[in-house]
Amino acid sequence: MKLPRFTRKSLCIPYAVFLVFFVIVPMLVIVFYAFTDQNNNISFSNFIKFFSDPTKLSTIVYSLVIALVTTVICLLIAYPIACILARSKLKKKFVILMLFVVPMWINFVLRINALREIFNLLASIPSEGDWWGSWLTGANYFKTVVGMVYDFLPFMILPLYTTMMKIDNSLYEASADLGGNALTAFTRITLPLSMPGIMSGVTMVFLPSMTNYVVSDMLGNAKVTIIGKFISNYFGNDWHMGSMVALVLLVIVFVSTWLSGGFKAEDNVRGTNL
Amino acid sequence: MNRKKTLLSCLKWGFVGLVLLLCYSPILLLAVYSFDKTDMIGKFEGFSFAHYSALFTNPKVLGMIGNTLLLAFLAATLSTVLGTAGALGMYYCKKRVKGTIHAVSQIPVINAEIVTALALAVTFVAVGFGKSYFTLLIGHMVICTPFVVLSVIPKLKQMDNSLYEAALDLGASPFNLSLDDYIVTMYTRPAGFDTISTYVYNATTKGNAHTAATLSSFWALTTILFVVIVLFVLVSNLVGRRKKEENA
Repeated sequence: MKLPRFTRKSLCIPYAVFLVFFVIVPMLVIVFYAFTDQNNNISFSNFIKFFSDPTKLSTIVYSLVIALVTTVICLLIAYPIACILARSKLKKKFVILMLFVVPMWINFVLRINALREIFNLLASIPSEGDWWGSWLTGANYFKTVVGMVYDFLPFMILPLYTTMMKIDNSLYEASADLGGNALTAFTRITLPLSMPGIMSGVTMVFLPSMTNYVVSDMLGNAKVTIIGKFISNYFGNDWHMGSMVALVLLVIVFVSTWLSGGFKAEDNVRGTNL
Repeated sequence: MNRKKTLLSCLKWGFVGLVLLLCYSPILLLAVYSFDKTDMIGKFEGFSFAHYSALFTNPKVLGMIGNTLLLAFLAATLSTVLGTAGALGMYYCKKRVKGTIHAVSQIPVINAEIVTALALAVTFVAVGFGKSYFTLLIGHMVICTPFVVLSVIPKLKQMDNSLYEAALDLGASPFNLSLDDYIVTMYTRPAGFDTISTYVYNATTKGNAHTAATLSSFWALTTILFVVIVLFVLVSNLVGRRKKEENA
């Protein structure tokens, strides 16, 4: 018997084994758990229970709406900022960009805790009949969305900034020479050429804001249930149902990545290797 | 015309400044109240370093900081070794093998953290591993290693990798990913093991007077970290400028 020779290729064996055991096998395990019952018999009861329960379906819709609102607000704030920074002639603009990123280096749970304290402080501002305080205390969805925007904004700004920096300045000069105004320059140059940045920013914000229940739990007084929280509710007591919810989430994640062209970029990456 | 231009640029930078101010206000609030005598935010009772001295003397707080740092250090080191070797090996593999490994590497990056966490927890318990420091470390490595692989591959191919660079700039270095993580830690940790993230989460959602004291020493930690990071950014910016001048 000949021993396999060690080549440069063999370097990827440990990583491949790691992926098989800790990425592929766990995914198969949740598929198995999702379609079995407590006695390990094949069963579709979790599937039927999930899709016939109005609370579960409405939670999915809620999660999608919260994620959508968060993404749109992030885009509305990040786009002008990226535009201003990318088009400015300021030498120090990279420092300003870094200022948006710096908060990310502080523990995320601590930052959300700090935001919660800000909300508590704001709610204590006296108002007539305490309408403001009681509104803010009860505005769980509002606070959740603010928290998510606060947390995910840099993930939107950075890809937008990088794509906008690549836009050739001569395009703007040409547009101005040909009599185009600022609006034309925006709709014909900035917007279409920053599309890849918009797409990657949207993917980086939309998916986590649908599942990151840390924000909704800490800011929504446990009144806001998003789909990620559902899974944690089943954790430890009904793993079969928990796996079913995780599987549904997995499908949503992959479909939305596919829709936003996340996999297409990967094809391009492989194409360059031809 | 000129006045209109000035007004427009004032508006632009005013907007940027406002968003920055909003982003920093929670951290600044914590920084102010980290010097307060009490554990409560809202009324400043008196200046004191009590939270800072608690940070360096309370064994529970020090233990959690140690746990968090050691775990992040181990996870980052092991993922960097495993991931760099993996990326190098993949580079020399046949296209089909390479494509498969690349596709599987994307799963933990795209997937919701909670799904990864649940899948790992269910698997560990199903095969009888239970939950230990080992499973926790594996959990963190599953999150970190693909990031290493996906950021090393473009470097090998000498191609544009602005997105992963952006992710790295955003603190997605394996060390930071592990430091920040709550969900995977929560699902794969052994009983009684707390990192800063899990502790702060529990203290915030079901806190009491006892946890408030510990929480406020983390305000002190946040303040120190914040000052260090800002200094680091300023210094690296100054050094970068000097280097450029020397080159020119």
